[in-house]
Amino acid sequence: MSLLQVDHLSKRFGGVVAVDDCTLSIPAGGITGLIGPNGSGKTTIFNLITGFIAMDEGRITFKSELIDGLGPDRVYERGIGRTFQLARIFPRLTALENLLVPVRRSGLRALFSGAGWSDERSKAMEMLEFLEISQVAGALGGSLSYGQRKLLELGAVMMAGPELVLLDEPAGGVNPALLERIADRLRTLNSRGTTFLIVEHNMSFVMNLCSEVIVVHRGRQIASGKPDAVRSDPAVLDAYLGA
Amino acid sequence: MNRLRDKRVLMAVGLVAVLTLTLVLPAISPESATTNMAVFTLMYVGLATAWNIMGGYTGYISLGHAGFFGFGAYALGLLLARLSIAGGYAPFLFVPVAGLLTGLMAAGVGWFALRTRAATFVIVTIAFMFMLQLLAENLTSLTGGGAGLGFPNPPWRGDFFNIPFYYAMLALAVLGLAVSWSIRRSKFGLGLLAIRDDEDKALAVGVPARAFKLTAFVISATLVGMIGSVYGYYVTFIYPQFVVDPLIGISMVLMVFLGGLGTLWGPVLGAVILEPAQLWLAYNYGASRLYLVLYSAVFLLVILLMPRGIIPSVRDLIAERRASAPAARAGAAP
Repeated sequence: MSLLQVDHLSKRFGGVVAVDDCTLSIPAGGITGLIGPNGSGKTTIFNLITGFIAMDEGRITFKSELIDGLGPDRVYERGIGRTFQLARIFPRLTALENLLVPVRRSGLRALFSGAGWSDERSKAMEMLEFLEISQVAGALGGSLSYGQRKLLELGAVMMAGPELVLLDEPAGGVNPALLERIADRLRTLNSRGTTFLIVEHNMSFVMNLCSEVIVVHRGRQIASGKPDAVRSDPAVLDAYLGA
Repeated sequence: MNRLRDKRVLMAVGLVAVLTLTLVLPAISPESATTNMAVFTLMYVGLATAWNIMGGYTGYISLGHAGFFGFGAYALGLLLARLSIAGGYAPFLFVPVAGLLTGLMAAGVGWFALRTRAATFVIVTIAFMFMLQLLAENLTSLTGGGAGLGFPNPPWRGDFFNIPFYYAMLALAVLGLAVSWSIRRSKFGLGLLAIRDDEDKALAVGVPARAFKLTAFVISATLVGMIGSVYGYYVTFIYPQFVVDPLIGISMVLMVFLGGLGTLWGPVLGAVILEPAQLWLAYNYGASRLYLVLYSAVFLLVILLMPRGIIPSVRDLIAERRASAPAARAGAAP
């Protein structure tokens, strides 16, 4: 049973077909890699799933419920979080406040009352400690290094406990030591029950971390399976190396 | 920890002192020239604080808030006329109704205006304000058009005339500050600040940006409408071009920028600096609108020297000094 099912998804930008009749199935509990050459439609697929852009055709179901047509906040409320290609945090909020922003299943009282924050603050501090950036809790987001922003963005998206997280290039622009820490934290979060779908160009990162890999090319899925099998798939080799 | 507690105690003491002084000001200096200046200063404290809830916290710059100010004034004027309420304290009881009506109108305006962002939002709010001004001028059977709309005459005379309005404006300014403070420390307020920083990112972490922005817009407009209604009763006769005046909208924006956009006390500071200065210029140089030159100069200086306003700039300066002090001591050590 798949957690996320994408059927016959299509998106055109003028004359450019970004996603073309794409069908994907993301199993629950795994770390799935979504790879493909530049311009193959990976980020567009993320944007379509999370409601940032409207699809032309197709259908998206999450936990067997239709979610297409929902806005990004409603998609997050259903349990799908995402990060962005370039780490996006709230620069004029502190690192701790960045983790307190996410809203999911909050009643009106919780939204407008200043009380009842202590639990959420403790949870946010735990998350910062888990990510090993608790020393910058009081620092403004804009003053953090790029690596710290990447971790903070991951922490923020995890705060409301989404079932599925879409990570757009988590290894992009990150040094090797931090890369290892990110991979380690993702494995831990996955072992606690979060399913991940990762767009990434760093192949060794994908092959070491992911249990399944889906390859898209020109907006369509061309291969899927275990990392080793995908690596030697002729269609994949052709997409990456061919004309 | 102790330092934080000391700071909070100091702030609480300062706040009580300022509030006490504000409460007894009419007893200390009852002359109508002084209390009139105080009424207008408190009016702008309230207006700037209310505007900041939308413009400062969400980053959506509305230049059309003068429309809500005028709407509130007309709403109270028409209510009093239709219900045949005589002058006195009774009209103040209808101020919340005027605010509520303004809030309802703002919900409708915001529903459409908040589909836009950035410069487009600014233009939509300006267009709304001028539309309202045109309506006030042309719906003569309702608003009196260019001939104006009269309020019942307040029965007070002499130096006492300004006092009820002073306390009404003080109550609204305190209400605005209390609302702003509670929003700033709530999850809703944090959501507004997140929208200001990066709206798409806020959406990605579940912040229902449209509902949050609309709520802030309506709260802000409701407060402005209530203040506008008290102003209408104070001046007893309102005209479209004076009560739906772009300069009122620009003044509140400038005060917030001067004091500190998105801060609790910035709008208060901006209003306390600029409004008495504006009135001083008006008293000394007549109704020459010379204050517009002052406003332009202040705006230029703020943009060039303190783009974040006085309070954030001073805060940054103190933080820098604190950070550099241990380093300097370490450097001086043998």
